[in-house]
Amino acid sequence: MTNNNFDPIILSFCCNWCSYAGADLAGVSRLPYPTNILIIRVMCSGMVHPNLVINALTKGADGVLICGCHIGDCHYLEGNLKAQSRAEAIKLMLQDFGIEDERFRIEWVSASEGERFAQVMKDFTEEIKNLGPSPYKV
Amino acid sequence: MVTLSINNQKIEVNEGITLLTAIEGIGIKVPTLCHHKALIPYGACRLCVVEVQVPERAASLQASCSYPVISGITVTTDNERIRNARKIVAELLLVRCPDSETIKKIADEYGVKEPRIKKKNEDCILCGLCVRMCEQRMGRSAIGFTGRGPRRKQETPFGKHNEMCWICGACNFICPVGKKVQTFTSDRLPIPIPDSFNMGLNERAVVNVLYPQAIPNKPAIDNNTCLHLNYDVCGICKEVCEAKAIDYEQKEQKLELNVGAIILSPGYNLFNPDLKPDYGYGKFKNVITALEFERILSASGPFQGKIIRPSDKTDPEKIAWIQCVGSRDHERDYCSAVCCMYATKEAIIAKEHEGEKLKCDIFYMDIRAFSKGFEEYYIRAQKLGVNYIRCRPLSIKELPETNNLIIDYLTEDDRKLSGEYDLVILSTGLTSPGNAKKLAKEFGLELNKYDFCETSSFAPVDSPKEGVFITGVFTEPKDIPESVMQGSAAAARILSLLYTEKGKLVKEKVYPPEKDVKGEEPRVGVFVCHCGRNIGGVISVPEVVGYVKTLPDVVHAEDNLFTCSAESGEKIKQAINEHNLNRVIVASCTPRTHEPLFQSIIQEAGLNPYLFEMANIRDQCTWVHMHEPKLALQKAKDLVRMAVAKARFLEPLYKRKVKIYRDALVIGGGVSGITSAINLAEQYFEVYLLEKSDTLGGNLKQVKFLLNGDDPQKKLNSLIDMVKHHPKIHIFTNSQIVKIDGSVGNFSTEFKSDGNVHTINHGVVIVATGAEEYKPTEYMYGQDKKIITQTELEENLAKGSRQLSGQTTNHESSVATPQRGTRHKQQTVVMIQCVGSRDEKRPYCSRICCQQAIKNALLIKEKSPDTDVFILYRDIRTYGFNEGYYTKAREKDVRFIAYNADKKPEVEKINGQLKVSVYNPVLDAKVNIKTDLLILSTGVIPRDDAKDLAQKLKVPLTKDGFFLEAHMKLRPVDFANDGVFLCGLAHFPKTVDESIAQSLAASSRASTIISKEKIELAAVISNVVDENCDGCAYCIDPCPYKALTLFEYMREGSIKKTVEVDELKCKGCGTCMATCPKKGIYVRNFTLEHITAQVEAALQTV
Repeated sequence: MTNNNFDPIILSFCCNWCSYAGADLAGVSRLPYPTNILIIRVMCSGMVHPNLVINALTKGADGVLICGCHIGDCHYLEGNLKAQSRAEAIKLMLQDFGIEDERFRIEWVSASEGERFAQVMKDFTEEIKNLGPSPYKV
Repeated sequence: MVTLSINNQKIEVNEGITLLTAIEGIGIKVPTLCHHKALIPYGACRLCVVEVQVPERAASLQASCSYPVISGITVTTDNERIRNARKIVAELLLVRCPDSETIKKIADEYGVKEPRIKKKNEDCILCGLCVRMCEQRMGRSAIGFTGRGPRRKQETPFGKHNEMCWICGACNFICPVGKKVQTFTSDRLPIPIPDSFNMGLNERAVVNVLYPQAIPNKPAIDNNTCLHLNYDVCGICKEVCEAKAIDYEQKEQKLELNVGAIILSPGYNLFNPDLKPDYGYGKFKNVITALEFERILSASGPFQGKIIRPSDKTDPEKIAWIQCVGSRDHERDYCSAVCCMYATKEAIIAKEHEGEKLKCDIFYMDIRAFSKGFEEYYIRAQKLGVNYIRCRPLSIKELPETNNLIIDYLTEDDRKLSGEYDLVILSTGLTSPGNAKKLAKEFGLELNKYDFCETSSFAPVDSPKEGVFITGVFTEPKDIPESVMQGSAAAARILSLLYTEKGKLVKEKVYPPEKDVKGEEPRVGVFVCHCGRNIGGVISVPEVVGYVKTLPDVVHAEDNLFTCSAESGEKIKQAINEHNLNRVIVASCTPRTHEPLFQSIIQEAGLNPYLFEMANIRDQCTWVHMHEPKLALQKAKDLVRMAVAKARFLEPLYKRKVKIYRDALVIGGGVSGITSAINLAEQYFEVYLLEKSDTLGGNLKQVKFLLNGDDPQKKLNSLIDMVKHHPKIHIFTNSQIVKIDGSVGNFSTEFKSDGNVHTINHGVVIVATGAEEYKPTEYMYGQDKKIITQTELEENLAKGSRQLSGQTTNHESSVATPQRGTRHKQQTVVMIQCVGSRDEKRPYCSRICCQQAIKNALLIKEKSPDTDVFILYRDIRTYGFNEGYYTKAREKDVRFIAYNADKKPEVEKINGQLKVSVYNPVLDAKVNIKTDLLILSTGVIPRDDAKDLAQKLKVPLTKDGFFLEAHMKLRPVDFANDGVFLCGLAHFPKTVDESIAQSLAASSRASTIISKEKIELAAVISNVVDENCDGCAYCIDPCPYKALTLFEYMREGSIKKTVEVDELKCKGCGTCMATCPKKGIYVRNFTLEHITAQVEAALQTV
């Protein structure tokens, strides 16, 4: 941790079927992760419009995470594949906005991976803390 | 009632409670140490001091745990004086027990780093919890206090072990500084209760949830070990349960039910490895069963998924699996069918976990990877470095100094070798369930010699007794998908038996008429749940309520101890009416479990169920941030604020009901299609049965014998007869499908049959199009009449013809019946397995060829015992009870010669004589066999036209070309597309009984749809905003359900392009919404507006 006083706001879009359930399992298993993460439930990772990510990062979020089912396990057959290809586009768009592309990540967490969920959240928060506040933060 | 003020808050509480209870009741936390809800307050540690001001008197510090509530007092729970007092308490505690983690944490909280006095290093803080527990709750008084002042200590009478102690371990459990109190009261240790779900690898509590997936997922009290139920003591759980859910009076009940049919699914018992003493199970700590290892691998298992071995809890570096423990031996001449794959799976998971350094060896006889996707999985394991050793393990010895194990084994070429392992896993087989004999007696079933209840090939789930059905491993060892198929098959059989009674017990819930909230300003009501201590114990729920009330449009907020209780449900309904709420939020646990309950509650109050939102402040807040209560409180406020922001935009949604066609289309007139059609017709549905060729019967027409001796042709003919004469079944031969439109409930299919074009409407489709036999190009097939396939051999055997080969009249090849009058000449037959299976082009195993070869070999041996039969094989895969026929074949002198995939047999013809040569690894030499007949065991391949049908139905195929079901294990007859089902060889090669079970399963699944008049469509689906949509069609291709179509219409004199959503197909994934550049399409209640509101609320800094 480089910046002890920096308390980032991180949004995590979690798909209803895998990652949101994985987050619940982290809870049931009492696996702690930083309080900086705020979860927004979406039906599928493929539902998250790139504008949502860009808006969040330009309006004060320090990091945005999309979490979906593992490839091949999508409840909607291939929504996560769509999210994956979109993620690459989002990274390019972030460059145009002058936002470090590390501020956005896409991760796969299944409903049975409470431990992984907590770990991903810890890692990402750590990474965002190292990056410091978003350039768009006033 | 008593009125008092706590932290300037006036409250009214019941008389007789303590101050601590009153304080905690309003969500304020006070530190405690010697306090326990189930014990009489003691006031020993004084950590819970608060300042109490009795009117007219000076404020004094009092231990809140033992101070009663008094009318008119003013209480302060936190100020400098109190903190100082607590700090001194913490410091003195730290002097006594400087090493205790609990004490260190308390000291840390009050800023005590090092005590100013010399540390005493005691192991007891004299809190008296153990003494009170033993006396008040256990009624034993095995331990007490002696001495006074500085000499006071906790002790047993005369400092000796006390016979009063009954080693319940409650003293150990309750001690805050972790002292093993019980070692002073008795020389015996508490007997751990093994966690049976984790195979006894860890302990469990008396009150526990049996396993993570238990339904209901609630704890139960084990009445064998509960002290209260057995000795009328303890009863602590009842005191601490805030939900007041503990009822000691519940008794086991015997219920009598009137039923129309019974399904027996008793499962199996795992083979008891004690019966194989050579493997040292139970004697050597590091010899475990595969199920024990399965639990070790599990994240919810005894070691949280860490791979450690039992003896010293270290990481094993070399693991061995021993296959066929309790299967395929003299006493159990059957194959358990699942062990090869579970061992492979465990090895892969272990490898993925531990990486390169872990060495996995699997000791086996034959690897039986015979199901869909299994062979590829087996290949993957080998690529990952899992080492398969074909051998016979002899014994296991333990090295006493390391607890490592030495496995002695005999290789194929009879060399005795040994290997050292850190952990040995026994792949124990499946045996009949413990209650098999009892069930058999009760239901008049006949068991085989291994106490399984075998069923017949054409009625795989029927018992001899009408109305009683059998499924799962009880009929034969089998894997998950086959068990699921049998389960659904039994349901199908019952549906046809009891179709007149179907749905009679269903009671539909009636809700009051819905209030119209259109045009109303949002009036949000928020209900914040304490969930007992789960939320309320970490954050101040009243503070969250106070915060929520400041949010825009929130007109009501309250807290509930348990919002999901019936009482709270009433309060929600009351609040909806009283405050005219039109949006409701519950801040509690997860919508995944509780949303339906709350939706039903608000519906009872006349609100549309979709005007509801949840804030997950338990699973995703207090449970994961319990050590950071201040930040958790902040986050809980954030989460509720986000929920309110979204709720303001929620719209009422409706599940549209669509009338459906209740007829079924079955494609394929083989035994699978016929079985499905008959079953559906018996359930009183109209069935259209389409067959591509001019006759019914499919591949089964070529099967002349079954291993168990049944005559398949007789059965097939009677089925064909039945299907032809059933008034509800409409058969179309020579048919060809032109197109299939629509979706679940409303399909429309156009097809040609015997020259005519028909169009039918139907609600479901069953794909039973079969597969075909591979026509080989290898091994000189087609170049000599004496080289034929197993099916051709079977045809010849059935004809009883003298010659088994092609159309030859050459006497030399007549092995079935020796020529009358001629001296019998000994003949030779060679069979080659895996022709067109398990190779590069078709990597899958065709599952049935081993059985077929053995069946035909036995038939030849029966007709002509002198004939030499050789079977050249890679692995013999006679799973289940077919193993017995493999044994029988060996007894009858059928000779089995193993060959390797990289050294396939070679066939040549020299001077009219066929010669097969094969490298035999056992002899390490080439074996040459001159043969009169060469039989090729050809695989099963998908039909060429499968692809075309798949496209018409918009369903996927595997890369091998078979139809791909929704889930390989759990949904073996469903497609991901609703209303389309799968059975028979079109799914994967399988035997007759498996095909029949799967076809029954398909009709049972289909019946779940067409049993209803209407189907309910999902409400949370896509919706097009015509004004925004410019018809760019970006959304159309990405839609995984092909639910979107582009269309044009005339608007204001010009052509307007727009997109239309097929509400029957759309599942609401929102891929379209995220693809649309113009906000032209959205998922209801998950629109960009909704999600943006949540995002913006999250970013508001408070």
